Amino acid sequence: MQLLLLLVVVTDFAVLGTSRLSACIRWMAVQGAILGLLPLAYGGAITAHAYGLAAGTILVKAVLLPWFLKWAIREAAIRREVEPRVGYMASMLFGAAALGAAFGIASTTRAFPRHDLIVPVALVTVMIGLVVLITRTKAITQVVGYIMLENGVYLFGLTLSRRVPFLVEVGVLLDVFVGIFIMGIVVFHINREFDSISAANLSELREA
Amino acid sequence: MNTTLSAAAALGVVIVLAPGVIGVAARTRAALTHRRGTPVLQLYFDLFKLLRRGAVFSDATTWVFRFAPVAVVVTAILAALVVPLDGRASLFRFAGDPVALAYTFAFGRFFLVLAALDTGSSFEGMGASREVTFASLVEVGLFLSFATLAVLTHELSLSGMLEAPLARASASGSAPAVAMIAGSFFALLLAECARVPVDDPATHLELTMIHEVMVLDHSGPDLALILYAGALKLSVLGAVVISVLVPRANLPPAVAIAVLAGGLLLVGVGVGIVEASMARLRLPKVPLYLAGASALALFSLILALWSAA
Repeated sequence: MQLLLLLVVVTDFAVLGTSRLSACIRWMAVQGAILGLLPLAYGGAITAHAYGLAAGTILVKAVLLPWFLKWAIREAAIRREVEPRVGYMASMLFGAAALGAAFGIASTTRAFPRHDLIVPVALVTVMIGLVVLITRTKAITQVVGYIMLENGVYLFGLTLSRRVPFLVEVGVLLDVFVGIFIMGIVVFHINREFDSISAANLSELREA
Repeated sequence: MNTTLSAAAALGVVIVLAPGVIGVAARTRAALTHRRGTPVLQLYFDLFKLLRRGAVFSDATTWVFRFAPVAVVVTAILAALVVPLDGRASLFRFAGDPVALAYTFAFGRFFLVLAALDTGSSFEGMGASREVTFASLVEVGLFLSFATLAVLTHELSLSGMLEAPLARASASGSAPAVAMIAGSFFALLLAECARVPVDDPATHLELTMIHEVMVLDHSGPDLALILYAGALKLSVLGAVVISVLVPRANLPPAVAIAVLAGGLLLVGVGVGIVEASMARLRLPKVPLYLAGASALALFSLILALWSAA
């Protein structure tokens, strides 16, 4: 359980440090799979609810989304390395700072037992997702950042999974999936319009 | 068997076995890439061959160039004296000896770099510059890892830290931190000993070399000393990784030393697997790799503090 949470952080840093789009997406899929295993490992009894949540999460986060993003980069024919606005070393430092901050913030809460890493790990994942979202220029990597951010929120949600009805969770998963789907389509069209998926092109509006 | 004798025996095993570990790494790499490869004992043969030869010194060099191989090998042996090779106590131990270990290595490297600059070769200067840059980044991860061990075990000497880190950590619920430190140490070992993701010992292009280019001008017994010191350094750091993962303080000394020998061969296999499965990183990527290893160490430090508080 705690080991799985540590692996989540390791995948966070892996996404932060990899420059290839396909490798980024692969790490994101690994993270999705780990998140899918977490409901089974978290808490005591394994209920049908936990199985459903695990199956749904793995299906969406580890299979469908990566497959879809892979499709998007194949269609847009980009395999080039991502060009971050902030260098990899610097984003690594941001990640390390986020790590410290997350554990610092988490240590002020009293709501969870001390040995439980889920709160700090959720915070780290949200923050690193934000770093990726802000610092990368390629739309696909920004989508990966968004998914990581959502993964962090999911981790938070896991602490409440006993109290949240199944349908709500399925709804959230579906939301994310549709959101990514739309993003993928948008990426595809940005690419067709500008011959690149650099989101920086969107900041200047003019008639073509 | 008292502790001094057991530590001395472990030291003897490491000193004899060190070139063999390199041989195992080369053999593993060859086997995984479907080649026959050199014999496991190749480095021993090389060392004996080199020792029988004469050394050639360039007119441009000074005493620094001749002194460097000695400094390198002596610092490697000093480092072996500080690390608890048999898993319980080293021959020399004092509070803060991890710092001594790091700077013993740094001292040897300093002279190697001076010798490289002494030759006046531009290639060697380039290699020296790279070596120093990467070494300074390795230190970050190294000290973070030692700090984590110190937090986990409340000890300040390597002998205390490496006695049974895993046992003490699992008592406080931070066993994963120890596993991550082992990973971080292994990543740093690859960098410190100029192995594949950072440097390729088998490369023949001066432009891409880091460590190898600095020793191009050394010949004969001098080269033998430098090659041997490199092997010894790998084994000493390998012994640190083994001690982190396998607590041996409660084993009988003979078993502890056997575990050390077996573990070192496994480290050799591990290095070989890494070499076979990935290419050397581009030079601009190396700092990122080292930052990753440091981030791992930082993460384990935070975890250790988290579970200690």
